[in-house]
Amino acid sequence: MIKVEGLYKSFGSLEVLKGIDCEIQEKEVVCVIGPSGSGKSTFLRCINLLEDITNGSVFIDGVQVNAKETDINEIRKEVGMVFQQFNLFPHMRVLENITIAPIKIRKMDQIEANDLALQLLEKVGLRDKADAYPEQLSGGQMQRVAIARALAMRPKIMLFDEPTSALDPEMVKEVLDVMKQLAEEGMTMVVVTHEMGFAREVGDRVFFMDGGIIVEEGTPEEVYGQPKSARTQDFLSKVL
Amino acid sequence: MIWNYKELFITGLWVTLALTAIGYIGGVILGLFLGLGKLSKKKWVYYPCKYYVDFFRGTPLLVQILLIHLALIPSIFGHSLGFFVSGSLALILNCAAYNAEIIRAGIQSIEKGQMEAARSLGMPKREAMKHIILPQAFRRMIPPLGNELIALLKDSSLVNVIAATDLLYAGKVVAGAYARFWEPYITVAILYLLLTWIFTKIIAYVENRYSNSYVPPQRRRVFSFGRTSVGR
Repeated sequence: MIKVEGLYKSFGSLEVLKGIDCEIQEKEVVCVIGPSGSGKSTFLRCINLLEDITNGSVFIDGVQVNAKETDINEIRKEVGMVFQQFNLFPHMRVLENITIAPIKIRKMDQIEANDLALQLLEKVGLRDKADAYPEQLSGGQMQRVAIARALAMRPKIMLFDEPTSALDPEMVKEVLDVMKQLAEEGMTMVVVTHEMGFAREVGDRVFFMDGGIIVEEGTPEEVYGQPKSARTQDFLSKVL
Repeated sequence: MIWNYKELFITGLWVTLALTAIGYIGGVILGLFLGLGKLSKKKWVYYPCKYYVDFFRGTPLLVQILLIHLALIPSIFGHSLGFFVSGSLALILNCAAYNAEIIRAGIQSIEKGQMEAARSLGMPKREAMKHIILPQAFRRMIPPLGNELIALLKDSSLVNVIAATDLLYAGKVVAGAYARFWEPYITVAILYLLLTWIFTKIIAYVENRYSNSYVPPQRRRVFSFGRTSVGR
């Protein structure tokens, strides 16, 4: 479903991604772990072209994302993203946050969009917050709204960029539970995370990144159980 | 003495208000495009906008008014089109330069993540700008845009040099007729003060109206109790 070939990304003279190759299947949950500065987030942001790609290519459903003739907005409709800082629209109520994209981009009518939004809010356990403004919510609630907002476009793939890193510890679980539920429903997910427990439990595969490459990949059992590379062993010994 | 010339003051008030209104509305619209232009990555868009703003902010409005009235308009049309056309044009062009900076700064003050979130949902840049960035930026622009309105109101008195029959003109006529200066100019000052006071009130209202905490009485409908159709 997602295919990455020889992906390089530089910011000026700083080379952040140094050749990434991978394939992610439909309904697969891939967790990307690794130390800060290893290029995890940049890798994720290259998938929906929030960062333009210096070299190499990303394919989603066989369509090259970074080809000139590709309309990136068409791709992004199918690829939801959840950010570390939530990035909810502060000038809109929760309901409007969720309905704006279906209405403006999918041309859904208002009533249908509201129904959809309320269903999604129900799913993330926040139906009673439809009328609130983002600033009235806790971090965990904001992130769950952000997930609902991304889901409102009915994406085939969801990208999570450290979704729990900005949360107070007691709110991490409520967000992870929603993500877990989503994984169980068969969503294709790429999750950049520091939550080793989540990666282990929910991930079908784990990528360990360091220095702009995928150092090691495999099932959670493989990566956590018998890490092959010394770098992975060292990292895991520090975080587990 | 002032009362004898009340017609002149009333005309003056209207002329001042009209010049300000036209200058400001034109200035906001043109300023929006210039502000967006100054944010453009395309060099051929950015540089003209930048030089425009530099010129109109870097030269005195009085000089701009004279240039437009005595040089620009006569050389295009062959003759003057009157103080109102020249004056409005000068105020629009000048006001736009200041508004462009306010608008540019307002847009830039919105966190990068807002644009990214909008784009990640598949919104084209224009749509994201229109629905996500500008409404937020606009709220932050209200106070400085309000200052600009008041500054423009007062600066419109400079149009007096091209024989505008504005508020200041009324004062000058009375001063000339009686050779007295306190009464007419104090009257003019008070009338300007009255206008700026009214404008300040309007700006405060607008600022409050567009804050998140504002809830109009009829919109106190709640989405949350199983209701699915929402009036907006």
